[in-house]
This record gives sequence, C-alpha cells and structure tokens, in this order.
Amino acid sequence: MLNIFMLLFSRQGKLRLQKWYVPLSDKERKKISRDLVQTILARKPKMCSFLEWRDLKIVYKRYASLYFCCAVEDQDNELITLEIIHRYVELLDKYFGSVCELDIIFNFEKAYFILDEFLLGGEAQETSKKNVLKAIEQADLLQEEAEAPRSVLEEIGLT
Amino acid sequence: MALKIVKGSIDRMFDKNLQDLVRGIRNHKEDEAKYISTCIDEIKQELKQDNIAVKANAVCKLTYLQMLGYDVSWAAFNIVEVMSSSKFTYKRIGYLAASQCFHESTDVIMLTTNQIRKDLSSPNQYDTGVALTGLSCFVTPDLARDLANDIMTLMSHTKPYIRKKAVLIMYKVFLKYPESLRPAFPRLKEKLEDPDPGVQSAAVNVICELARRNPKNYLSLAPLFFKLMTSSTNNWVLIKIIKLFGALTPLEPRLGKKLIEPLTNLIHSTSAMSLLYECVNTVIAGEYWESVGNLCVQKLRILIEDSDQNLKYLGLLAMSKILKTHPKSVQSHKDLILQCLDDKDESIRLRALDLLYGMVSKKNLMEIVKKLMLHVDKAEGTTYRDELLTKIIDICSQSNYQYITNFEWYISILVELTRLEGTRHGHLIASQMLDVAIRVKAIRVFAVAQMATLLDNAHLLTGNTQRNGICEVLYAAAWICGEFSEHLENPTQTLEAMLRPKVATLPGHIQAVYVQNAAKLFATVLKGEEGNTDSTAAQEASQLMIDRLPLFVQSANLEVQERASCILQLVKYIQKLQQKDVEVAEEVNALFAGELNPVAPKAQKKVPVPEGLDLDAWINEPPSESESEDEQPKAIFAKEEPKHSRPRHTEVDEKELARRREARKQEQANNPFYIKASPSSQKVYQEAPGVEHIPVVQIDLNVPLKVPGLPMSDQYVKMEEERRQKERAEKKKKEKKKRKEKRSGRGKKHDSAPESEEDITPAHMVDIVTEEMPENALPSDDDERDPTDPHKALDIDLDKPLADSEKLPVRSHRAAEAQKSPTDGETENATLPEPKKKSSKEKREKKKDKERDRKVYDIQGNLQDGSQVVVSVIFENKCSSFLKSMEFNVLDSLNSKLQRPEGSGPHDGLVVPFQLPPGVSNEARFVFTVQSIVMPQKLKGTLTFIVKNEDDSTHEKLDFKLHFTCTSYLITTPCYSDAFAKLLESGDLKSSSVRLEGVNMPFHHLLARICFHHHFSVVERIDSCASMYSRSIQGHHVCLLVKTVSTVSIDAKCDEPTLLGNVLDEIKQTFSQC
Repeated sequence: MLNIFMLLFSRQGKLRLQKWYVPLSDKERKKISRDLVQTILARKPKMCSFLEWRDLKIVYKRYASLYFCCAVEDQDNELITLEIIHRYVELLDKYFGSVCELDIIFNFEKAYFILDEFLLGGEAQETSKKNVLKAIEQADLLQEEAEAPRSVLEEIGLT
Repeated sequence: MALKIVKGSIDRMFDKNLQDLVRGIRNHKEDEAKYISTCIDEIKQELKQDNIAVKANAVCKLTYLQMLGYDVSWAAFNIVEVMSSSKFTYKRIGYLAASQCFHESTDVIMLTTNQIRKDLSSPNQYDTGVALTGLSCFVTPDLARDLANDIMTLMSHTKPYIRKKAVLIMYKVFLKYPESLRPAFPRLKEKLEDPDPGVQSAAVNVICELARRNPKNYLSLAPLFFKLMTSSTNNWVLIKIIKLFGALTPLEPRLGKKLIEPLTNLIHSTSAMSLLYECVNTVIAGEYWESVGNLCVQKLRILIEDSDQNLKYLGLLAMSKILKTHPKSVQSHKDLILQCLDDKDESIRLRALDLLYGMVSKKNLMEIVKKLMLHVDKAEGTTYRDELLTKIIDICSQSNYQYITNFEWYISILVELTRLEGTRHGHLIASQMLDVAIRVKAIRVFAVAQMATLLDNAHLLTGNTQRNGICEVLYAAAWICGEFSEHLENPTQTLEAMLRPKVATLPGHIQAVYVQNAAKLFATVLKGEEGNTDSTAAQEASQLMIDRLPLFVQSANLEVQERASCILQLVKYIQKLQQKDVEVAEEVNALFAGELNPVAPKAQKKVPVPEGLDLDAWINEPPSESESEDEQPKAIFAKEEPKHSRPRHTEVDEKELARRREARKQEQANNPFYIKASPSSQKVYQEAPGVEHIPVVQIDLNVPLKVPGLPMSDQYVKMEEERRQKERAEKKKKEKKKRKEKRSGRGKKHDSAPESEEDITPAHMVDIVTEEMPENALPSDDDERDPTDPHKALDIDLDKPLADSEKLPVRSHRAAEAQKSPTDGETENATLPEPKKKSSKEKREKKKDKERDRKVYDIQGNLQDGSQVVVSVIFENKCSSFLKSMEFNVLDSLNSKLQRPEGSGPHDGLVVPFQLPPGVSNEARFVFTVQSIVMPQKLKGTLTFIVKNEDDSTHEKLDFKLHFTCTSYLITTPCYSDAFAKLLESGDLKSSSVRLEGVNMPFHHLLARICFHHHFSVVERIDSCASMYSRSIQGHHVCLLVKTVSTVSIDAKCDEPTLLGNVLDEIKQTFSQC
C-alpha cells in the first residue's frame, strides 16, 4: 500500500495536485506526470481502473471532472489503493461540503493538508475519517486563533 | 521604523493572495506565461520584505506555481524562512512548500536540521505534526542520521497523533540511514501492541514493508503477527499482515499449516473484496494450495463473472499467477476466459490473451487458435490486432512447439496471418516460417509448396505500400524456396516469380535474399534438367536469369547489386558451357551444398574462453598518440566523408549562374552524343496508329481477392478432428476386441473417459531439430540482485542483541562532550565482510528411482561468490526409450533462485543441453543464487521431457525435490591450531552443543565421517578428543570440539547461531542413520 505518488488532474490534463513520496528531480516528475496523464486520458471511459505502466501499477478513478491517480508497487493491492482514493475523495467532500474541482483549485493548500493528515510517506496513517477531519479542524482552529487577534492596526504597532 | 511597517502592511493589502493568483491565471488563458512571469516578479518583491505574512503568502503562491511546472528552486531559502516562523499558519505553509519543492539535492536542507528538531520537540502537537509530515517528503541521509534519535523518542510521545506519525516516518529514516534500524527496532516492535489502534496499524505497516523486502530477519515476529491476525478486525491491518505472511511462509513452511484455517475463514467470511483478493494472492504465492486452492479458484471465478471491470481484471490477473504453478486449475475455466476476449475493455482482453497462452494443450490448441483467428478478423484497431497476432504466434511456438500436433495446420495459420492488413509484425511471421521450415524436416515439402504460392502471389502482399510490414514474409518465403528447392514441384515457375520486375520495389534486404535464392533455384533447375536429352529447358532458365538479373545489378542497394552482378557473371559463364554441352549441374549445385543447422541463440555467449586467451589484451600494441597524428592515410574513409556530406557553399551570384547555364547549353548543343529533348516526341507517340484500339477491360474489384491455392486452416481443424476420432475409434475397436477375448463384462467407463493429453499422437512424425550448442558450454551468466535497491541495506539481523556501539547518534551541544558520545561521522561496522573462499565438494546423493529416469545431484558452493551454489545433476536414463527435450525447472523460493539466462521469465525452465539414449547418463549443472545460508531449504522442481519410442512420443514429467542442507554451504578449510585458538578466544562466537547417542564406532571413523559428510577438517586431535573447523561460503566460522567418553558429545561454536544449530542437527541425523 505504499504509494509512490498521487496526482489529481482535470479532464483537460491540467494538474490540480501532486504529491510525491519518493525523491525525484523536478524534471523526472514532470516527465512522469505528463506521460501518465496522457496515457490515462487516452483510455476509454469504460475501462478498468488499473494499468501496468513502466514497472509500476497505476490505480486511477474519475470523479466528475477530476481524475485521481495513484502509483503503487508491483506487489501492492490495487483494491485497497482504490479505497484510499475513495477515502480521500470522501474526506474532501466532507471538508468542503460536496467538493468540486474549483474548491481544490482555489484551496489547493487545504487539499494538501487533508492529504497529509490521511497519508504519510505514502502510507495510510489514519483509517478513521472522523479522526482525520478532527485533526484538520483543530489545526485550522489553531490557525484562526493565531490570526484572529491580529487586526491591521495591531500589526502596524499602534495598539 | 514604524513607517516602514506601516508601508509594508498597506502594501500587503494590495498584494495578490493565492485566490487572486488563481483567478488571474484563469483570466489570462491566452498569455498565461506572460502573466505568470509578472506574478513571479511580484513574488520576488514580496519575498524581499521583512513581513513574514507577506513572505508566507508569496511562498504559498510559489507552491501553486511549482505545481503548474514553474521552477521555484530559487526561493528555497525563503521557504526555510517561512518554515521557521513561530506562527503555525505560516509554518504550515512553509513545510508544505518544502515538501513539494525540496529534494535530496536541495542544498538549503542542511540549514533546516535545527529548525526541524525544534519543531519536533514543540509543545504544540500540530507543530510536531507538520514537521513530521514535511520530513517524510524530503528526508535526506544527513537529516535521517541527525534526527533519528529525536524521532525515535517521539514514538513514545503521549499523544497517539504524534506516535503514529513518528512510527510511519521511521520507515523513511531506515531507508536513508540503515544503521538506525537495529537500535530503533525494539521500540518499533513495542508499538505493535500500542493501545491506540492507529499507532498499532502504523507499526504493522512499517514492519510489513520492512519484512517484505528481507523476510528472514522477521521470522521471529510470526507468533505476534499471528495473534494480531486472529484478533484484528481492521481490514487495512489484516491485508498488511496477510501480505507479510505471504513473504514469511516460503522460509518457514510450518507457518503455512497454521495459517490455513484463519485464511480459509477469512476467504469465506469477508465481504471486503480487497481483503479477499489479498488472501487469494497469498494463497497463490504460498504453500497452502493443496487445501485452499480450489476455494480460491472458485472465488476468482466469481470475480471474473462480476460486472465490475476492476474485479474482472484482477480476477484474470490472479488467474495468470495461478497458471504458473497450477495450470490444471485454470484450464477448467477456459470457457470463462474465452468469453473475456469479447469484453469491451481492451485491458481485460489483453489479460485474457495472456492467460490463454498458458492454457493451451495439444488437445485444445487448434480450437483456441481458431477462436483467436476469428477475433483477428473482427478486431478493430491495429494495436489490438497486432497483439492478437503476436499472441497466436507465442501460443503456438511456446516450449519448442510442444502443443502443435499438425505442422501443416500451423503453416497455414501463418500464411493466413500474412493477409492481415497493416500489421507491423511481418518479421515475426517470417521468422516463424523460417524456424518451422528449418527445424521440422517433415514439413519442408508442404512449407515449400506454400511459400512458392506466396511468392507467386507476392503482388497481393506488396500491392499497397502502406502494408509494407508484411512484405518481410517474402524474405522468408524466398529463402525457404531457395534453400529447400529440391522439394519444389515446379522450380522454373518459382524462379520466374522471383525474378519479376516488381521485386525491385521491395526493400533492399529482401531483394538480396531473392537474388541469392534465385541462384539456388537455378542450380536446382539445372540439376533437374540434366540427363534430359532436350536441354532447352535448362538453357531457357539461364536465359531467364541473364535477362532479369541486370535489373538487380542496377539496384541502389549495395548488397543486391553485388550479389546480382556476381551471379550474373556466373550464369553467363554457365550459359557458355551449356552451349558447348558441358554438364555443369553438379558443380553449380556444389556452390550451395551442405545443410544449415539452427544455432541456439545463446550459443556464441556460451563458448568458453580457452585457457591462456586474454580477450582484453592487445594483439598489436596501439600506436602512440604522436605517431597517429602523422599517419594520415589511415583514415581514408573518415577523411573523405565530410567532403561528400558537406557540399561547398560557394557564393555564386545570379549572373554567374546564368552564364554557366548558357555555356552548358552551348556545349550540349555541340556535343553529338548528348540526346536532346525533342519537344515533339510526345506528339509523335500519340499520333502512332492503333493505340486507341487496345481494348481496356474493367476489373471488378468488389470480388474479394482470394489467393489461389492457399490453404484454409479451418480445413485442418476439421481434418484433425476426424483423424483423432478415427484414432479413438480404432483404439476402441482394439479394446473391444481385447475385451471380447477376455470376455470380461465390466466397465463401459473407458468409452466416456475424456481424451487425455498423451493419447493424442501427432499427425506426422515430427522431429524438431534442437538448436546447436558449443561443446563445454558454460552454465548461465550471473544475474545479481539490483545493487542500487535501497532495501538491500536493510537486510540486517534484528534478533542479535544490541551492541554498546549501536546507538543512534545524539547531537550534543558542546564540543567538549562530542568526543565522548558517538559523533555524527562515526558509523558502526555493521556490514559483514564476505571473504571469498575456495570451496570444496560435498556429495549428497539422493536417488530418485523412478522407472524412467534417475537423478543424482550434488550441491557445491561457488568459488567466487558467497551467494552462489552450483548444483550438478546427473541424469540417467533407465528405461528403454530415447529421452529428449528435457527441461529443468525449479519453483524458486524467496531465498533461493535458479539462475536463468537473461531475458527469460522467473518461471521458465532451463533446457538441458543434451538428449539421453537408453542407459546413458550425463551431467548438467545449474547455478542457484542463495541469499541466506543459515537455514536448510527444500526446493520443488519438475523435469519435463519427451519419451520417444519407435512409433510415438509422449511428454512426461518428473517431480523432484532439491534439498539444500546447511552442510552443503560449508567448505572444507584447513585451520592451524593457533588461529583456531585465537578464533575461540575472540568471543564473537555463540556456542551450542549436541550429544550423539548410541554411536559405537572407532573415534577416527567418527571423525572421518564428519569430515566427509559435513566438510570439516581436523585441527588437532588428542586421544579421544578432537577440534575441527569449517567455514561457510559466506565466511561464517564453525568450530567443533568432539569428545567421546561414554557417549559422543560435540561442543560447537559459530558466529551464526541459526546456521550452527542446523549444522548440528544435520550431523546428528547422519549418525542416527548408521
């Protein structure tokens, strides 16, 4: 279940989110994501969610206009990877309230924060949706607390 | 100062935030790049400000741009600044940016060590959390070393939120800094029983990932995992544990038995497909097949029948894994798999095709191929059709055409395949035609006839230039017709077909083959006509050659030109002799005499280098640098080339050009030999009478083109069926007769019994010529494990108690203390040196007295390599039939693998390079790679071979087991008594002892027995007490002290306790047998 990377991209092939769990140079990452996005978009809609690509297994699924795509190692379980993708979509959905592509575009850092609470180093760290959302909420709260008392005036140093 | 802050804040109100940036990019679709470059300029300005909020905003925008593919590495330092902000809001953004943008070569990572350490120990768990998350993405070996201790402390943090993150990130730390594994492992193990399920699951995850790579080090954890497996209800955890057991069972077969029950329960009860699928996969990989195998296949059938494409795909994938080990179980589901060929999803169709490859048998080959041919006809898209084509050929040609009973049928299939439009695989069909025609002697007459038809109808193949992939087939056709021309019915006709002017449009290499083989055909024609009183036919053939060859002499292709002109001269000479009535046929035929035998693809590589030959040595010393500069003429070709390739671009103006043109025309006009273009020539031609009167017949192209005389493979299918039926009927008749004679009333069951594989006899006596191998061919080449695999470094024994030196480096604050505690640069000498030792032989004999064949084998450590073992097997044919096509295969375990030649799959068998006449024995050697030598191992394998009797040949199989004892890894090594004493004193060795009951043989016999059977040498002997020594191929020392008082006792010491225990067990066994 060790994910190697995760990509979100639109039907037009625009990357919406990318998370790499192995160290690769920017150039390699770009090449991989470009090739892979093309490969997946070329597949017909009724085709199954798995493909063997180079020495990796690719698991992808389309939700509305977005493709979610994970790469795992040869011995990994495809169905649990699909489950991970689905879990992540559910988390996004809960957090944003019926999520759409635009939510992820405009709040892309939030999408990353949720992903980071769910997967760490490519491994699922929390299988309970409730716990993930709780952690995110609390971290957000901390952020708001930090921001709330800072009015502009305060910042200028007039108070 | 205040003013500056005010200014900064007001500016900030006008700054773009992330949303503005995204909106802006969306609004500037036409000039996105330009818009973004202005944004980056703005960001650069923002980063120059002191206000951390502005910086964080800028970094956030950069992270977005990085995702779009823009280079932001220049801002790495600013990212570090934001990371070190004390406010969580900014820190979070900083770490996110770092985890997206940093990689191992980012140099500012060095600067982050202290900041990360500070965050890790922050009282706020979310600070720690983001630091851990970020670190998981960009941890480097340096960071891993410096922070390993801090992270290990966090594994015992009070908050489960932190514990679980810390546990997970340890895996990344181990990969980057393997020395941390042993010190951290006890705590990691503790976490398997953490009260928080999340932490527990994280620990399971990490240990499973580690164990999958190096299972043998984790065998001792099996009971703990077994407990977890039976108690856990979390599917995620269960999947991991089952995967782990899948890796462990090959090393510890007893585990398999224990697991059968819980596995079966899970398979029966779970509703989660992912868990079911994992169980099935483990069953396939492990040793549970006997008891759960059928259940798994049933479940897979349900998956494949499901309407969900994903389950269908995975079901087929799992089936293909089963196919490798238990083909019978899959074959019974042929119907289902053939159905999948009609699936709308191409990836499923391809999977099904893969499966078919392994499912064919002599009985169903024709039927399956017929189905595939139907699919070829209706397949849309060339890729899938090409895939089908390659699969058909793969299926038919596998294991040396093992399943083909009728080669005429196969040739017709190949010929039918040539009609495929637009295929890229012409060369594949061609090579099959060549291979079959060369290796199956019985088929040559038929093949030659078919190829002649192909040549005759070559226009159908080459008609369309788009289809030129297929014209490769003509290469094969021409060669076969030429080489085996003695079988041609009408060589003159074929010769004519090969010399048609249209041939000149074929690619050069094919034309060359045409020309060469035309000559062979010509020789055959001459031979056929010789002795006839009427020599006109022979002379006509020569005339034909002389007429047509000049076309090829003009070819632009050097090869064609050269061959054609040689042959043309030859034919002209022959013609002269013919006119003088000299008999030439024999001499011409001598040009092409001799038969070409197929050569095995690896033959060249296997030729052993003769002793004393150094291939790297210079034959002539290369000339020194200075000399070569002077010796210009050496590079004639290299020097001339540039002249040709680079035309001189001299500046010539228009006037000059016009002047030259004029001069040239003048010159041409005055030249009587220059044929001038006459403007009226075309008109003259048109005015010629009678051209219009030539009747033009419209050809109706709607009638499908049918190549005359091409066979239909379907006919063969029918014929074959009839033949088999007839055979069966005859057999039945015979049986009935017998029964009548015997008058035994019982048993109609034979009639309804399905035809078994062996019952099918091939249509013709087929002798597949084996490929030739050089004498003393060497065993296969080395195939080492990938040395760059990071998991290799994690192959560390975890059961060994921790040494004092093995501690994670702790960063100390003062330089004075640094000297006392292990500093960063210090690394333990954890890797064991692997000395290369000479091996001696040990002979373990194991007889397999089956009626047909006997095998004796001998395992022997490799001279050069600590992980290689050579197994020499003596094959003895004890039956009265001829044995051939022997194929040796072993089911690899994780620990021991049969080395197969490069390019072959992990389950392919190795061809035994000889055949066995009755009563003859011969020896073959196989190389195995063994990772761990501390445990004995049994490998299962099969030997398949063809038993050839006078009237039929059957395919047979012999199962065997190879027993790799620990003793076979020991090498007799002499040791002097002082070295021996030093070794015992060193204290590195663990001791163990064993008592041999009921042994009453003289002491020296006892010693000799240990020396002989277990590869020890006597170091010193005093009365009834002796010290002995041996060494393993991986350099473990094994010392024995053997004493006899009333019973025999052996005290032993070794640096590897497991190995020692096993060697002692084996010694005990040796003496219990006597």
